[in-house]
Amino acid sequence: MKNEKRIYSRLALFLGLIIVVAVGCERDYDFGDDAKFAKFGNNPEIFIDGFSGGLEYLPFGGSKFDAFSVDTDVKYKGEAAMRFDVPNAFDPSTTLGFAGAIFPDYGGRDLSGYDALTFWAKATKAETISEIGFGNDFGDSPYRESTSKFLVTKQNLRISTAWTKYIIPIPDPSKLFNETGMFWYAEGPDENGDGYTFWIDELQFEKLGTIAQPQPAIFNGEDETGVNLVGTERQISGTTQTFNLANGQNETVLAAPAYFDFNSSDTDVATVTDNGLIQAIAEGATEITATLGGVPAKGSLELTVGEFSFAPTPPARNAADVISIFSNAYNDVPVDFYNGFFEPFQTTTGGLITIGDDDLLQYEELNFVATGFSNPTVDATQMDFLHIDIRIDEAIDAGDIIRIELVDFGPDGVFGGDNDSGGSITLTSADLGSATWISLDFPLDDFNGPAGGGAFNGLTNRANVAQVVFASDATIDAILVDNIYFYR
Amino acid sequence: MKEGNKLKSQRLIQPIKHALLGIVMIFGLGCATEDTQTVVNFTQLTFADEFDVDGPPNPGKWVYDIGIGPGNDGWGNGELQYYTNRPENVVVSNGYLIITAIKENFETAGYTSARLLTKGKFDQQYGRFEARMRLPYGKGMWPAFWMLGANIDTNPWPFCGEIDIMENRGRTPSIVSGALHGPGYWGANPEGSNPALKEYDFVNDRVDTGFHVYGIEWGPQYINLYVDDVLYKQFTPEDEKVTGPWVFDQGPFFMLINLAIGGNFDGPPNNETVFPQTMLVDYVRVYKYNGLD
Repeated sequence: MKNEKRIYSRLALFLGLIIVVAVGCERDYDFGDDAKFAKFGNNPEIFIDGFSGGLEYLPFGGSKFDAFSVDTDVKYKGEAAMRFDVPNAFDPSTTLGFAGAIFPDYGGRDLSGYDALTFWAKATKAETISEIGFGNDFGDSPYRESTSKFLVTKQNLRISTAWTKYIIPIPDPSKLFNETGMFWYAEGPDENGDGYTFWIDELQFEKLGTIAQPQPAIFNGEDETGVNLVGTERQISGTTQTFNLANGQNETVLAAPAYFDFNSSDTDVATVTDNGLIQAIAEGATEITATLGGVPAKGSLELTVGEFSFAPTPPARNAADVISIFSNAYNDVPVDFYNGFFEPFQTTTGGLITIGDDDLLQYEELNFVATGFSNPTVDATQMDFLHIDIRIDEAIDAGDIIRIELVDFGPDGVFGGDNDSGGSITLTSADLGSATWISLDFPLDDFNGPAGGGAFNGLTNRANVAQVVFASDATIDAILVDNIYFYR
Repeated sequence: MKEGNKLKSQRLIQPIKHALLGIVMIFGLGCATEDTQTVVNFTQLTFADEFDVDGPPNPGKWVYDIGIGPGNDGWGNGELQYYTNRPENVVVSNGYLIITAIKENFETAGYTSARLLTKGKFDQQYGRFEARMRLPYGKGMWPAFWMLGANIDTNPWPFCGEIDIMENRGRTPSIVSGALHGPGYWGANPEGSNPALKEYDFVNDRVDTGFHVYGIEWGPQYINLYVDDVLYKQFTPEDEKVTGPWVFDQGPFFMLINLAIGGNFDGPPNNETVFPQTMLVDYVRVYKYNGLD
């Protein structure tokens, strides 16, 4: 009996091969509806004992460029591991004081058959890696119309001194049929300013089969209310995906808004783009909700759209009495950017918008954001004040702040070179109001607070002013800004 | 005795051969074959509930345990639920028996759920007992498909014997276990009287994302535990974990299906445990022991 069965199965095997070959032949000639010409490889390996084919190493600007190396002595398995040297504070090899890089394969890979990025890691001491994940492409993916469209970030990953396997789930694998961002990380020294070293090995995408029970969320799962003025925008924030893993633990990652499908209950009032940008169209009310892979996301936004209110028009002044950075009332100096998108620590999105004939700056997910004007820099030595109009439409909480920083690049006119200075003025909740334009006039002599993330502690020069920075340290989510100018 | 042992080891070898054949077939056809349940030998049906009639479970086949246990102690295990027979907690719908664990204040408990028994309706000595189920997930979930000696009212536990066909801890969604309880190996206690327990790890699958068949084949001096087409353990009186008398050759057993919450198997739910949770049973089938294997 058994022998017969074995023969049968061999026959089946043989027949199976023939069928497969036959089907394969047919496909060569059939360019029907199902034919997909852009086929991407599905190599799951990122770094096993060396770089997988097509993989590149691109450190963040300002990071410690040589933080990454291939270590053949310390490794979990095989011949080599990835080694990351997180710098000490004030390490001269990094202007921004951190280690961070992306590892893209710009040829693109089909990751839709996997459900997680996995790796083994250990460190010289127990630590938390600030940000680690995949989907970061520096905006250079040939297959994406927006930067890092399907970014996934695990924040504060705890690692220990023992080799341990880590799992970063893919929020929705079906989206990643042409992904280029294979891996990325960013990590700075600890609170004592001490750096350390960590190793990653066997870095690859896997189909674990145990990533289950999705619990997506927007706005961190909260049901929020908000007000936007007609013509303004709001970025949907707090977009996360949570899965239950084989160890029974829930694992939550930040998932880029593009993983979600958004819905506005009244699309005449507001619409939402693929990347989660709400655009307020007309006065009224609408509810913003989302699904991820067909699963309803926790969290929503009850949005009220109100009539637009413009900032007060600045008074007429003699040209010699004003240097305008951003205003429709005066002639502006050349501006390099209204949002520097300083990776990886800046969360702020947004920038220039135009409503009617008026230009405004609108920022969302604010922690800090810079407007840069270093070509040329501004000589504000003859000016006395900085004017800014700010509007906040969310409720002001007790701990909310807005910090306004000015950064001067010094005689060399460029960032760095030990001749830069910067200072700030901080507005507390008592200085702020909701749903109204706040007109601010600061004496330039008063910019004495810290700036540049603690790198500066007072604006000592103002002959080469190059940046104005708005920061809320994530206390206030969205602001409108207009009429930034120096005057006397 | 020795003869019996020989027979048993043959029984274990045979499925492995079948499994090898199965692999060959899978390579050839590129899909699962019909010939997967090679771990079972008994095919004459003696009891089946396919749960095809919507409404309460068939009263001719199932009774309920209600409450928090006769000792008011969470059924001897510190379980946190109050068992009811309300449709919120137990119902047949769309071809499934659905047991639902709800977080609610009810009587003296903070949760409700259900436990069904065939006690007084159906019991059998030896044979094949299996259920196809999809389990809940989350810390504190304790679904079980198990059996007790039908003489439990006159021959109290653990002397009546207990066969746990399937138990699962909600915090280990890829691992189930089967176990035997008897005198001397009745439960975790300071003297180390542990049940004879064996875990099965799905490795690349879970209990809560799809249906799996959990079963035993039970004959004189042996109990085989299987999941789907994998026979993962044979217990015999000689097993090193059976640290007391073999109490599984002394009469018929009845079946129980329940979803407990908390208790001393998985501990209480935590703030990540999602409620309500459901346990789906596609069918329960029992086959007669045929004496051949």
